[in-house]
Amino acid sequence: MIEFHTLQLLPDLSGALFIPEYDTLLVADLHFEKGSSLARFGVIIPPFDTRSTLDGLEDVVGRFKPKTLISLGDSFHDRDGPERLGKTERERIDAMAKQTDLLWITGNHDPDLPDDLPGEVAEQVALGPLTLRHEPTICADGEICGHLHPAAIIQQRGRRLRRRCFAANKRRIFMPAFGAYTGGLNVKDKAFEPYWKQRDFVVFMLGKTAIHRLPSRVLL
Amino acid sequence: MLSESPSVNPQNDLPLVFERWFKSRGWRPRAHQLAILEQALDGQTCLLIAPTGGGKTLAGFLPSLVDLADNPCDGIHTLYISPLKALAVDIARNLEIPVKEMGLNIAIETRTGDTPQSKRQRQRYNPPDILITTPEQASLLIAHEGAAKFFGALKYIVLDELHALVSSKRGLLLSLALTRISSLAPCARRIGLSATVADPKLLCQWLGHGDNTAKLIMGAAGAVPEISILATREHLPWSGHSARYAVPEIYQLISNTGLALVFVNTRSQAERLFQDLWEANEDHLPIALHHGSLDVGQRRKVEAAMTEGKLRAVVCTSTLDLGIDWGDVDLVINVGAPKGSSRILQRIGRANHRLDEPSRAVFVPSNRFEVLECEAARVAAKLGEQDSEPPLGLKRDVLAQHILGCACGGDFDADELFAEITNSSPWFALSRKEFDAVLDFVATGGYALSSYEQYAKLKQTSDGRWRLSHPRLAQNYRLNSGTIVEEAMIKVRLVRAQKKRGNKPMSRFGGKVLGEVEEWFVEQLVSGDTFLFAGQILRFEGLQEMSAMVSRSFAQEPKVPSFYGGKFPLSTYLAGRVRKMLADPQQQKMLPEQVRDWLNIQRWKSILPKAADMLVETFPRANKHYLVCYPFDGRLAHQTLGMLATQRLERMGAQPLGFVANDYALAIWCVRDLSLAIETGRLDLTKLFDEDMLGDDLDAWLAQSSLMKRTFRDCAIISGLIERRTIRSEKSGRQMTVSSDLIYDVLRTHQPDHVLLKAAYDGAASGLIDVKRLGQMLARIKNHIVHKPLEAVSPLAVPVMLEIGRVPVYGEGDEALLAEAADSLIDEAMTLL
Repeated sequence: MIEFHTLQLLPDLSGALFIPEYDTLLVADLHFEKGSSLARFGVIIPPFDTRSTLDGLEDVVGRFKPKTLISLGDSFHDRDGPERLGKTERERIDAMAKQTDLLWITGNHDPDLPDDLPGEVAEQVALGPLTLRHEPTICADGEICGHLHPAAIIQQRGRRLRRRCFAANKRRIFMPAFGAYTGGLNVKDKAFEPYWKQRDFVVFMLGKTAIHRLPSRVLL
Repeated sequence: MLSESPSVNPQNDLPLVFERWFKSRGWRPRAHQLAILEQALDGQTCLLIAPTGGGKTLAGFLPSLVDLADNPCDGIHTLYISPLKALAVDIARNLEIPVKEMGLNIAIETRTGDTPQSKRQRQRYNPPDILITTPEQASLLIAHEGAAKFFGALKYIVLDELHALVSSKRGLLLSLALTRISSLAPCARRIGLSATVADPKLLCQWLGHGDNTAKLIMGAAGAVPEISILATREHLPWSGHSARYAVPEIYQLISNTGLALVFVNTRSQAERLFQDLWEANEDHLPIALHHGSLDVGQRRKVEAAMTEGKLRAVVCTSTLDLGIDWGDVDLVINVGAPKGSSRILQRIGRANHRLDEPSRAVFVPSNRFEVLECEAARVAAKLGEQDSEPPLGLKRDVLAQHILGCACGGDFDADELFAEITNSSPWFALSRKEFDAVLDFVATGGYALSSYEQYAKLKQTSDGRWRLSHPRLAQNYRLNSGTIVEEAMIKVRLVRAQKKRGNKPMSRFGGKVLGEVEEWFVEQLVSGDTFLFAGQILRFEGLQEMSAMVSRSFAQEPKVPSFYGGKFPLSTYLAGRVRKMLADPQQQKMLPEQVRDWLNIQRWKSILPKAADMLVETFPRANKHYLVCYPFDGRLAHQTLGMLATQRLERMGAQPLGFVANDYALAIWCVRDLSLAIETGRLDLTKLFDEDMLGDDLDAWLAQSSLMKRTFRDCAIISGLIERRTIRSEKSGRQMTVSSDLIYDVLRTHQPDHVLLKAAYDGAASGLIDVKRLGQMLARIKNHIVHKPLEAVSPLAVPVMLEIGRVPVYGEGDEALLAEAADSLIDEAMTLL
């Protein structure tokens, strides 16, 4: 449970975030069709990433049954991603749109989404005290964003463990990337620095069976 | 390279100019040099096995030099392949001497990763007579469209230090390059040069082509080495890998001899010992350090100083195992475990610059078990027993790289390529089905979902031949080929210490490069940490771009103990000898008194197991119950056994908490009383150590294991699925990679029988988890488990028990560790949210 701007937020093991107050589920950085995007350049990694991401998404949607599902940008790895979706995968997205209202926030990878994609498209969304957008903004307050793919590293008993995580302070929550082929960036990386003072944040590391809350100073 | 030889064949093929040259040097050609000349001029493929100092290198070149002296060649005449870059350069330099002295008009050049691009280009259209190169370069040379023309006139392929290549993926890739070269240059004869190996027949077969195996030529054996084990007056440590106790004695050995090579097993041991020796160095003897992480320039300086006779000792790792003689080494000191007989013989051979004089070596064990291992190795080395690894068999990832390489050289017919490859002994067992699966993988990824047809790397032309779909792929291939998958390395740069932590920027281009360390090691450092590197204690200042900035530190002890270096498992052969020694009081008489006492107390308190038996001890200690067993099968196999056995104990209700393994033993600790459980029959040791654990249990664990993911990464890189470097700009380079762990997870879910997963399983089974060795061990100990319940820890168990707390403890899931990290902080105020 994350208390954030008077709201109770439920982080999920999958990397999704549920907001009961608005019956809304958030996911970030799905990066659909990343595999086929790289394949165009001769890096022919397995093409099953969209399936895997959808498997995870259907599972979490099935569990929370939210009224609205919001994807916080970079839902597709590139502009042509929606066109390259396999038939089955496209049908699965259409089916999901029948169960829940889809809202796609645009990201730097997918600034334009095609009209035939089911659901609404927006650059950012205001939800009560919250602002949902893809890229973080320096002076924001009550912001939930994606973009940076946070991951945290700890060392315990001589072993290093690296996991995707939610990273949060009073003003902002970074969502972990949800996509099957999305890696993580260490929350201690320079890229995060502009967004907090003296690293005043906590992380919620995604384990296999539980989420672990840790202060930033124990992270490597 | 050469010295006097006892026997000479008067009827030989040696031209007069060569005879004269030998004479002018006061030498006579050796029998094996003439034998190889005769065979090679006769068109035979041959393998010369001779000890170090036997004039092997010249023997390898002799047929080429003799042929070239009379018949100038248009195009490349001889391809000489050496496993080390540095060696190639030195061999070229050494070969130029006789060529010059005999006044032969022969062009000799090297081609390695360090050769400038312009020179490599020039070599392709204007090749030298003799090209000295590495296996990787050989693979690159066949991946060019002009390969057929380039190799057209080739007469000889000389493969040096073959024993060091054949058991690795490098050698396997080379075997494939050789099949190609043989097709391009059917007249080229192969000459192999090797140190003594366990089974020369396998090497002859490897070197041959199809049914035609190489003819074996044995050089005269060298004198039997003189080996002793350091008779220390100090207390012998129970465990650990620090020979610190023996530093004054090692120093004494160095001061009493001309040039000593001090071999250790890991880079961190080298750093530590070098540091300690300098502290003891009252006479300011020139002692140097040499290991793979040091800057190349620094290493070359040390090598040059050795050759010039300026040094008294060099502390080194396996980087000096191979190669020509860098100076006259008088004594080899091997610190730590010898690990294998062949390996240690190779090292001892470094002190063998005159074949008829024995080389001298002293073994310095760093703990009590190593005394046993040293004694076993001493006897084995004296008898000249070999335990070198057999050649590696087919690997799918290596095949994938070769297929793409062939396509870079021009279009090919699948039937022909398959026939060509299966001419090489490591690939005899390759089935057409497997070959086609790998070909499909190279072409389109081999995925069940055929969505990548349009992005295929290889496409079939109308006449059925396979060709590269885009020339860019050939460029990429050249950037990414090779089978050595290295950890990401970070340069270590020396800068001035920062006055205060924080804002003052470090010099942007500052700092002399001291060498490179693994990225993960640097990642765990925080600024202010001190560690040993390049023979000094350094203070970590921070990470800048891709460099670790360090300053000199005045600390007495480094804060961060060590960084990873090479680790070798104890060879099966030596392990067998150690087991026999434990069982035989007669053999123990050779051991130092401290060790004999230790074993005697073990015999009195517990059991010294028979050679065929595996002793299992159980005892309570500090509210936990321990099970310690002694298979002597190496740390990797023990770790795998530990992982699988704890799972079984879990199911048997013993509530295991963790385990730790070393090269000799495995210790597992549990909540439940194990002695009692075994006595009452609730715990059956036969079942615990049953071979069936290598079935489903192994698969289940392996699939989740990080070791498997590491192996998968290596396979993915070697097979070309993931690229190390791309020709696209650095900016977008980041976007072009996906972590191999993520690919592994996705692939395992959606296509568990994919060719690359098979390759990874294969690799892990023989590599990081050593399933093969574990399987042999479980078969061996079946019906030979001897259980001894004890009141307290036994003398034999002390070393492995001491490892607890020193090495990472396995068996506790990542989840538990995460929870622990969170729990230990649970009371701390969380004021942020």
